[in-house]
Amino acid sequence: MLKQGKMALIALGLTLMLVGCGQGGGNAADTKVGTATTASTADANAALDQTPKEPIEISFYYPVNVGGPLTKVIDGMSTSFMEKFPDIKVKPVYTGNYGDNTIKIQAGVQAKQPPDVAVMMSTELYSMMDTDAIIPLDDFIAKDADYNKNDFYPAFVEDTQADGHTYSVPFQRSTIILYYNKDMFKAAGLDPSKPPTNWDELVEYAGKLNRDGHTGLEIPGNDDSYWMFQMLARQNASDPKQSIMGDDGRKANFNTPENVEALQFWLDLSHKYKVMPKGVIDWAATPTDFIEGKTAMMMHTSGNLTNVKTNAKFDFGVAFAPANKQYGSPTGGGNLYIFKDTTPEKQAAAWEFAKYMTAPEQAALFSSSSGYVGVRKSAYDTEAMKVYTDGFPQALVARDQLQYAFRELSTHNHGKVSSALTNQIQSALAGKIDAAGALKAAQEEADRVLALFNK
Amino acid sequence: MNTRWNEKLRRNGFGWALVLPSLLFLGMFTYYPMLKSAWLSLFEQNLAVRTPVFVGMDNYKALLHDPVFVEVFRNNIWFAVGTVPVSMALAFVMALFADKAIRGKGLVRIAFFYPNMIPMIAAASIWLFLYMPQFGLFARFASWFTGSEVNLLGNPDTVLGSLIVMTVWKEAGYFMIFYLAGLQQIPKDLYESASVDGIGVLTQQLRITIPLTMPTTLFVTVVAITNAFKWVDHLWMMTKGGPDHASSLLLYYIYETTFSFNDQGMAAAMTVVMIVLLLVISCFQFAGWERKIHYQ
Repeated sequence: MLKQGKMALIALGLTLMLVGCGQGGGNAADTKVGTATTASTADANAALDQTPKEPIEISFYYPVNVGGPLTKVIDGMSTSFMEKFPDIKVKPVYTGNYGDNTIKIQAGVQAKQPPDVAVMMSTELYSMMDTDAIIPLDDFIAKDADYNKNDFYPAFVEDTQADGHTYSVPFQRSTIILYYNKDMFKAAGLDPSKPPTNWDELVEYAGKLNRDGHTGLEIPGNDDSYWMFQMLARQNASDPKQSIMGDDGRKANFNTPENVEALQFWLDLSHKYKVMPKGVIDWAATPTDFIEGKTAMMMHTSGNLTNVKTNAKFDFGVAFAPANKQYGSPTGGGNLYIFKDTTPEKQAAAWEFAKYMTAPEQAALFSSSSGYVGVRKSAYDTEAMKVYTDGFPQALVARDQLQYAFRELSTHNHGKVSSALTNQIQSALAGKIDAAGALKAAQEEADRVLALFNK
Repeated sequence: MNTRWNEKLRRNGFGWALVLPSLLFLGMFTYYPMLKSAWLSLFEQNLAVRTPVFVGMDNYKALLHDPVFVEVFRNNIWFAVGTVPVSMALAFVMALFADKAIRGKGLVRIAFFYPNMIPMIAAASIWLFLYMPQFGLFARFASWFTGSEVNLLGNPDTVLGSLIVMTVWKEAGYFMIFYLAGLQQIPKDLYESASVDGIGVLTQQLRITIPLTMPTTLFVTVVAITNAFKWVDHLWMMTKGGPDHASSLLLYYIYETTFSFNDQGMAAAMTVVMIVLLLVISCFQFAGWERKIHYQ
């Protein structure tokens, strides 16, 4: 055994050497910010190629989480960036969905080979900080006159910040909206120009729409059900700034009487009012059900706008998620992060790229081709966006709802804290536990996990 | 004396040289990661600590108190209990059928074996559709049975059973191949002389076929049980281990702990538990069972 272990080590050493040699220039093994190792590699490169200036190569990882040909759009944006900045070369890498993307990035971080810039869920912020993977962007923002951070919607800026620093740039952002089938509204004797505005109307309309073999309403509950729960919890809160987590990512406030009521309302939709299918409704199947006319209304991410617009054979409307004590919806989606374990030159190039990708013209292009919300106000003043929203006014609803939008659940060890809540919500939806018990259990689990970060 | 040593060295050296390539790969991709996991399992390495802290056996103690781990482990035991005997019995019957089929032998074999040929992800997509409430075939069947809408994968009581059914469908054809090989080893004259003595077909199976395919049964049992602890891909497609861990299995939970919760130490401890478990199961093959089996 020992012999084999030794052999393995030798073999591993050899392969590592090979891999290391194959990396090419410009990727010094240890790049502590502020050391001068990079200058020498740059010199070496120059000497090798006899070119006055090597373009800086940066890798860009991005996920796609909604229907539609978004990879083409992103690749196109990267190409136009390189035309504008010929001394920077971007390699866009499509990495699957958000989860796969995070895993690939983490593997890269652990192997000291992270991407230079990447789109990740806004909720990954604390995990990225705890693994020391990303850099704060304050210096770039302070030095950069044309960044104009006040142009970004405040609801999207909230989750780019932690401990007094800014760590990311809003890029691929969404919020929850209500989609409704206008033809079914007509058939049920409802006015298709008047979607439900509050919980009572929601229940009443869904009851009327629950006929002819389709259900009145669907709210997905299997993937990240905490997101939908956050919406209901804020809508049911007397405090306009209610939040299910503390500001510093170290505290969870799941178990409150108002939150229990909110979860109870979710359960009642199926069990008491019987306007929604029982059990855990699948995230990905919900838009399909809506498009196929199996449900008259659904609560879903605004990121599905293009998918529904392209595939629905009927006239549909979208509206704010109905209010109870107030309107409210969490934001969702991903931001652009810049990574630590590369060189200052690459970080600067990555910042240029992040800035370009979120500039008004690009934000407008990305929003109109995906259905994600444009991340900054001026994006809506561009010609492209005007043309898009004139032809498709539904796209403005999610933006208008931003005044009621707030930060998605994000804490230290987000994976464990959010799944504590998500799993209990699923149990409640499946009828295994009541609302009060579910939130109590979720709170206990979250407290246990967060205790490590409150030492 | 010296010549003997030289002789030995030459012979052994040649043998070692022959196994060297496999040894290198095994070392790099099996033994080294195993040892590294064992080493890592003694540390606390998660999001709460910047540098790993040596904690000895604490991770293993924490595992016993982790209700999710206990539940996942129990799920996996049930998953093994549900899939192994049924898929083996089915494989045996299918093998008898494929062996005796007068016409279309090849077709029958292909029909039984094809579930094993399609990738798990594709199979999971197909079955996801079959279980889809309202329009999935099985969901329709179940709701006709119970008289109300049934969401088989969205209910903690039915989700594991649904996945077991799918796994049996996928596995049985693979084990059938082994049984087919086993059946062809049995001399035909045994059956002929049994027939001459006027022994019925059923008795022949009980007295001849089953005892003589015992070595196959043992081999397949070990493979099936270890497989039951290695299934993971369908969970991504179908349930993500939900609702509330009701369908989560050991390997999936290890993956989740590593990549979603970033808890390397705990994940390593679970990996070690799993490796030990699989080694113990594999040892059955070399232990007492061997001697109880009637080979010829």
